[in-house]
Amino acid sequence: MRQQWGSVLSAAVRTPRGAIGLGLASFVVLVAVIGPFVAPHASDALVTLDFGKPSGQYLLGGDYLGEDVVSRVLDGGWVLLIMAACATALGIAGGGAAGVSAAYLRGRSDGIIMRTVDVILAFPQLVFALLLLSLLGPKLWLITIAVGVSHAPQVARVIRSATLDVTERDFVKAAELQGMRPARVMVREILPNLVSPLMVEAGLRLTYSIVIISGLAFLGFGQAPPAPNWGLMISENRTGLTLNPWAVIVPAAMIALLTIGTNTFTDAFARVTIGVDRRPEEAALIDDLSQEPGT
Amino acid sequence: MSESAAPPVATTPAQQGVRLKVADLAVRLAGSGHDVVSEISFAVQAGEVLGLVGESGSGKTTVALALLGHARRGLRITSGQVLLDGMDLLALRPDALRAVRGARVSYVPQDPSAALNPTLTVGSQLREALRVHAGAIDNPAGRVLEVMREAYLDPTREMLRRYPHQLSGGQQQRIALAMAFACRPSLIVLDEPTTGLDVSTQRHVLDTVRSMCRSYGVAAVYVSHDLAVVSGLVSDVAVMYAGRIVEIGPTARLFREPVHPYTRGLIGAVPSPERAEVLTGIDGQQPRPGRRGAGCQFAPRCGYAIADCRGEAPEPVVIAGRSVRCLRAWEIQASRPERPAVAAGAPATTETPTLSVRGVCASYGSTRVLSDIGLDVPARACVAVVGESGSGKTTLARCVSGLHGNWTGEIIFQGAPLAHRARQRRKDVLQRVQYIFQNPYTSLNPRKTVGRILDQQLSQFLDLSFRDRAARVAGVLEDVSLGQDFLSRYPDQLSGGERQRVAIARALVAQPELLICDEVTSSLDVSVQAIIVELLRRIQQERKLAMIFITHNLALVRSIAQSAVVLCDGAVAESGPVEQVLERPANPYTIRLMEDVPRLAGLARPGGGAPGA
Repeated sequence: MRQQWGSVLSAAVRTPRGAIGLGLASFVVLVAVIGPFVAPHASDALVTLDFGKPSGQYLLGGDYLGEDVVSRVLDGGWVLLIMAACATALGIAGGGAAGVSAAYLRGRSDGIIMRTVDVILAFPQLVFALLLLSLLGPKLWLITIAVGVSHAPQVARVIRSATLDVTERDFVKAAELQGMRPARVMVREILPNLVSPLMVEAGLRLTYSIVIISGLAFLGFGQAPPAPNWGLMISENRTGLTLNPWAVIVPAAMIALLTIGTNTFTDAFARVTIGVDRRPEEAALIDDLSQEPGT
Repeated sequence: MSESAAPPVATTPAQQGVRLKVADLAVRLAGSGHDVVSEISFAVQAGEVLGLVGESGSGKTTVALALLGHARRGLRITSGQVLLDGMDLLALRPDALRAVRGARVSYVPQDPSAALNPTLTVGSQLREALRVHAGAIDNPAGRVLEVMREAYLDPTREMLRRYPHQLSGGQQQRIALAMAFACRPSLIVLDEPTTGLDVSTQRHVLDTVRSMCRSYGVAAVYVSHDLAVVSGLVSDVAVMYAGRIVEIGPTARLFREPVHPYTRGLIGAVPSPERAEVLTGIDGQQPRPGRRGAGCQFAPRCGYAIADCRGEAPEPVVIAGRSVRCLRAWEIQASRPERPAVAAGAPATTETPTLSVRGVCASYGSTRVLSDIGLDVPARACVAVVGESGSGKTTLARCVSGLHGNWTGEIIFQGAPLAHRARQRRKDVLQRVQYIFQNPYTSLNPRKTVGRILDQQLSQFLDLSFRDRAARVAGVLEDVSLGQDFLSRYPDQLSGGERQRVAIARALVAQPELLICDEVTSSLDVSVQAIIVELLRRIQQERKLAMIFITHNLALVRSIAQSAVVLCDGAVAESGPVEQVLERPANPYTIRLMEDVPRLAGLARPGGGAPGA
């Protein structure tokens, strides 16, 4: 039980699944972070022909306006990544707080929190985000908040059940007998025992955030057209799919690699925390054989 | 319950001779090949029961399963023979082995509620045992009723139609016994079948086992960690330690004059309901598979160990009617162990009690669990609260500590009434009433080091400088016999006994005036239990604490408490000084409880003096 999340992480990286996932995700993140500095052209410069074929100078050809696809791909990821990370953090923080409080406080607080969660959950995530955006207009911060809020209920549910497990244990009662305030019990005693489910949720929600945010960009809710954005690029260039397919395939592949990478890594992490991929079987067996009575 | 059902029908006289012979059995880890158990040899006569005793991790369950030719995943039976009426079970092919299991060799697991299928009636489960081995029994329908009578169950259709959850724990275990005996096996392996049952139920189940084995001439192997249970049931006993049998011989002699230092240690750790004795535990831990060095495995924990013990593994020697693995068996046999009596606790005082419980009734929802409880805990005295599971003893402790708030009545602590819930109580009250939980595996936060756990308790209650806190934490670790290197350890790096010491240290560091111990030893081995009980008694007397010691184990009461309160169904059945309650119980419930407590039979205990004293 002790393994801090750091050691779980490193154990996850050492599994083949985790290594592949991390490799894919890091590749995309690297492209998005370094890309803007190494892009050969300005992303909105009309340097080649509309849907121009790939050539020595323009490796992936041109897009629907004659902008360089390579430059736009290199420049088009970082906003998406930042938004996805913020939305995930928001969803985990909000959902986690709601889940822990519902499970620990029980009674009426539990009812109010979880029924609210049910109401939000009744809307499909994308629809919920679209609803907020069409009411308030497509601002980047609003998209981030909308996606974050739409994650919170699902996180709350998972964390609530994980917390119920922890609150049953006697060390929580021991803290109450020390006269600790409920908020402190939740943060100091319970939260450290939830690191693993929280990390798994974070990975999962990050994947969904990327999909939803790029999906919204595809639909036109996101950065306005001259700005490069992988989701938007797919939408802009799909009319020229036969002329220069790379203008659609490459941004789509970046999104795909990123989501597959984060999801695979999360999966590896989850497997390590539940013990499938962690310990050599023999060590667990010896533990079992030496177990004391009544446990 | 059908405790008074017809006695088992008389059957053919037990066959004579050796039924089961185990020779040089070894089970190893399949991966690394480290031994889990090895050099296991014993024989069981028809109609007799061999007790296999030892603490957790000694390998007794591994041996028990190997007798059925089974090894759990990751283990392999690597050598040896299990001869049942001359047939080697370990040499059988899988399908032949399957035909033998259940018919000629059967197994009774520890927890019947987990072993019985909850979705099938007990009748269909009993019949299934017979159907699988069609031909083993001539008249299956008649046999079902017969075996139920033998297991002291009502042989009625109504009973057969019930589901496992409609039966009590004792009845479930009897169904499991009936299933095991249904095909009239030659060998039956019982793996702690009474652990988790109340003493009275346990006694009835043991009686059933005994009579069924006798009447059929079955050889039985009874695995248990409870020496007292075994001593009343079995004819021979094998003591296991770190995967070897260290001493094996006739039960009465072995318990009366144990030779192996480990056996001596175990017996010294068993509390007696008759006399108040100092319990001597065994410090240290059993070496796990893969960490067993050369020489005698017990040497590091043994008071008799000499340099030679660490060099060579002792071969069994026959001495005083039993076989012992100890280099110094002859010398040790000559010395006799002592069990000093406990010095009387603080005399009853006339000053106001530290804690008074007056007319307390408590409920969970609409279910009442305590009614009109009254008890006093005098200053500097220990009061034991005893009762079977469901008697309400833990609820009482939770009411006093403030963990359970749904009670009426009055609980007065040092002259002032206590608020119902902990969060309504003042800090200094919380500090003075400390609670030690039953299960040290859940009472310590796995994400915090021992140092932080103790420091947090201090900083919640007392306004001290960092340096003062560190000094007190170090001091309290010393008090519970843990070194400074424990400060940086996490709970999962500690054994059960060490964890419970940390939990005790956490309570002590707050400088309490009332200590509530809720079944603090029930999840520990007997040798560790002895250490913890002695530790608590020493601390209670040194620090002049008032203490409530809650337990289901009547025998423990003698060693620690000055007065006792017996709870039955949420009410006080009897209370008074320990000697009076345990020696001259007046209440029929207490009398029955005392009669049913398993005792270490064969242990010479002449009129109050320690043997050899």
